[in-house]
Amino acid sequence: MTRRNRKAKPAARAPERPAAKRAARAPTRRRPASKASEEFMARAYAMEIDAAERYGEFADQMEVHNNPEVAKLFRQLAEIEGRHAKQILEEMNWPQMPPPVYALEWRTPEPPETAPVTELHYRMRPWHALAIALRNEERAERFFAGVARSPKTPREVRKLAAEMAEEEREHQRLIREWMARLPQPAPDWSRDPDPPALGD
Amino acid sequence: MNAPDTGLAPQSFKSDIKPVWCPGCGDFSVLAAITRALAMLGLRPEEVAIVSGIGCSSRIPAYTTCYGFHGVHGRALPAATGLKIARPELTVIVAGGDGDGYSIGGNHFLHACRRNVDLTYLVMDNHVYGMTKGQPSPTTEPGWSSKLAPGGTGVREFHPLVVALASGANFIARGFSGDPNGCARLIAEAVRHPGFSFVEILSPCVTFRPDQRAWKDLVRPAPVEPTDDPARAARRLMTDDGFNLGILYKGRRAPYAPAREPRTALAELAKEFAL
Ligand SMILES: Cc1ncc(C[n+]2csc(CCOP(=O)(O)OP(=O)(O)O)c2C)c(N)n1
Ligand code: SF4
Repeated sequence: MTRRNRKAKPAARAPERPAAKRAARAPTRRRPASKASEEFMARAYAMEIDAAERYGEFADQMEVHNNPEVAKLFRQLAEIEGRHAKQILEEMNWPQMPPPVYALEWRTPEPPETAPVTELHYRMRPWHALAIALRNEERAERFFAGVARSPKTPREVRKLAAEMAEEEREHQRLIREWMARLPQPAPDWSRDPDPPALGD
Repeated sequence: MNAPDTGLAPQSFKSDIKPVWCPGCGDFSVLAAITRALAMLGLRPEEVAIVSGIGCSSRIPAYTTCYGFHGVHGRALPAATGLKIARPELTVIVAGGDGDGYSIGGNHFLHACRRNVDLTYLVMDNHVYGMTKGQPSPTTEPGWSSKLAPGGTGVREFHPLVVALASGANFIARGFSGDPNGCARLIAEAVRHPGFSFVEILSPCVTFRPDQRAWKDLVRPAPVEPTDDPARAARRLMTDDGFNLGILYKGRRAPYAPAREPRTALAELAKEFAL
């Protein structure tokens, strides 16, 4: 998840998320009122953690393959997502850690904000990395909007989910702005003068 | 899941060696799936050994904190069999590629299924030899054309799941690296199931088979429940198109395990060698 100042200045402290803030306004310290909203926030937490982990792995891969520019960008994205996860954890003040990402059922093979592993290319440019981040935010928005729309969702969770979906739309707008500031990759960006493949 | 809670997160099973796989390689997700499965099972790194052969996929033991043996091409299974027999308390996972397991190691694959030692064999199948630059493997489609096999091999693919069933494997499943949580659950089930458990994991090689990025649109959960009936499983597997995911067979054969106590005293044996 990516707020304007988070993306532009990732080192800056991320503002609190309205959804989590709302959820935290609960009687016992700052935990949400209902079990359903707790579960919902636990899922949001798992999404952030998984996205952060994947961006971190992408940064490692890019470092190993000597693509430092893209490695740095993925590292920033990992930090942003990691900070969000930490923020949820602090706000929710859970008595014990929420279940890990693999213990939850997801409708998609991976949590919606996690980029598929196969999207990477060793010669990719920073613009491509942001295009991946944009797709992640789009999937996250669809996920939250679906939860918000579903008649099966309890009312208080619907409200939280709608706020989250709105946030994701805002993140997309910010990433698009960021992409517009970066050079577009040349059409032959993936061409390697010394390719690994013996094929054509 | 009633695993003892060691409190270990999947990260505890990852070593600090960064994989040298190509960015985008499916094997990254298989590594994640293995570490998640071990966390789910409540195991500790020192209770697990990961044995491999040679190939990109076979590099996997080095990327974990478990005991590891990066062995000889095609010989992961015999090495793992010896280890499990000698140290039955260890959870032994064998990992490698389709070249390692079905070409040079094909014969060992048959006999590992037949012996039914309590091992979990994970084959990261990308239908190609990745490490040696893209030669066709036994699971390569006959029409896949490349510079190294112009026009394709024209040779029918090997069907590892059918062969595993016919040879006696006690657990047969297929996963997809694009679903690391699903794979983790399959691996955990495979480890729990006694005997020889075989999990084929479709894991795209984005460098030599970029077409495999489309696998994510082809895979689907198998529309059937696991069966313990080999005849039913055979019908299922013979008509399988290679993209059905899940547990396809869960047999009831008792695993092979030799007696822990020596059956003959050493002195008795020595007598047979007396000249
Ligand atoms: C005895 C022997 N023969 C041949 C080789 C060369 N070799 C190394 S890896 C490999 C095939 C690897 O393919 P696969 O097992 O599918 O793994 P991948 O690299 O695709 O993960 C071959 C033929 C070798 N290392 N040793
Ligand atoms: S060559 Fe293929 S199998 Fe090997 S690391 Fe690269 S993508 Fe993975």
